[in-house]
Amino acid sequence: MLPSRFEYHRPDSLEEALHLLAEYGDEAKVLAGGQSLIPVMKLRLAAPAHLVDIGRLGLEAIAEADGRLAIGALARHRDLERSDLVRDRYPVMAAAAPLISDPIVRNLGTIGGSLCHADPAGDWGSVMLALRGSVVLRSERGERELAISEFLQDTFTTALEPDEILTEVRVPQPAGPFGGTYLKLERKVGDFATVAAALHLSLSDGTIESAGIGLTAVASKNLQAEDAEASLAGAEPTEAAFAEAGRLAAEASSPVTDVRGSAEYKRHVVDVYVRRGLARALEMARAA
Amino acid sequence: MQITVKVNGADRGADVEPRMLLAHLIREEFGLTGTHVGCDTTSCGACTVLLDGRPIKSCTMFAVQADGREVTTVEGLLQDGQLHPIQAAFKQEHGLQCGFCTPGMMLTGWALLAENPTPSEDEVRWAISGNICRCTGYMNIVKAIQAAGRDMATGTAETADATAAS
Repeated sequence: MLPSRFEYHRPDSLEEALHLLAEYGDEAKVLAGGQSLIPVMKLRLAAPAHLVDIGRLGLEAIAEADGRLAIGALARHRDLERSDLVRDRYPVMAAAAPLISDPIVRNLGTIGGSLCHADPAGDWGSVMLALRGSVVLRSERGERELAISEFLQDTFTTALEPDEILTEVRVPQPAGPFGGTYLKLERKVGDFATVAAALHLSLSDGTIESAGIGLTAVASKNLQAEDAEASLAGAEPTEAAFAEAGRLAAEASSPVTDVRGSAEYKRHVVDVYVRRGLARALEMARAA
Repeated sequence: MQITVKVNGADRGADVEPRMLLAHLIREEFGLTGTHVGCDTTSCGACTVLLDGRPIKSCTMFAVQADGREVTTVEGLLQDGQLHPIQAAFKQEHGLQCGFCTPGMMLTGWALLAENPTPSEDEVRWAISGNICRCTGYMNIVKAIQAAGRDMATGTAETADATAAS
């Protein structure tokens, strides 16, 4: 199908873009890579009267500063996939990026767009939960930073106000020996995840300082397995500890039975992936 | 909205609705029907074109987004009546049956070879994982892309007999 009619705006600056959003409010949607928005518009599940194209505003830098990684909202999945900085210091992101959709979609899709789309089956949301990431939201009224756990509210629902643009994603620099990964079960490349898990471990004197566990496609939004994380904080990184974390994470999940599998199967995969992912994270942290 | 897109090296203008898809601009406005609309759900990659050298799915981009940018379609591979090495390789290695996925496969393959002239089988399969083929089982597509890579890297005429457009 074709989208319904809309007015297209391609502002030359962020200020102009913010002004357009202030003017058109909830009649407008921001167009970044379009790899989620355009399919939704073609199905007419969304029919914004105005599109504000921010694709050429240059918001795509990936750099470390002030104790954190700052990623421009327009950084394409492919840019993150190929970033040496991400590969060397943010293994959860490095593991997730190549698994998002397919290589052609990754040439256009953006991390900012993905987070704003807030599909519970979206990958970056889980990664950012595991890494305690945050987002910077700008409007003509000012700027605010929100933890990703506050930003992602519900299925396709975020804290983004109609006059706001997500301009930057921030990830704290990892502490101590660290390791992490992203495990994704999908029927084929390009399919949404059946289940996926983002795992991150920071060690201190051989014990777990902190753990991050973000789960994809097992709840109404990306899920932070808080009980599982808490069970690992301060603990010895043993197989038993990981098994308990897996059990808690599976318990916290509420997947639905659908074409990709039964709820019971998906919960089982959560358990397996959390245990497996934590073991990999530990191996990586010890090798560091 | 008036837009100008450089298509296969030549500036083309059109007056389009913002909601016109790039795939339809290419096929219906510009008459270049080598780019195919397969699934319309961003899954199959039959609509793949190169945007500023990078493969993108033209069914998932609005024509207006390509204003002022460069698009390469499968028609842009032919040079002065000579098949591009990637086309010659697909012919030589029988990398197609019905041909519906082939323009997308060749453009994606070419973009891969521009970065990696000697890809392994796994690297080719990874690069084309956004392009679906229902006919071939992919084996000859992989061989064709690798053969084209060898041709382009070494300049040897592995597929020379196939280069004349017939």
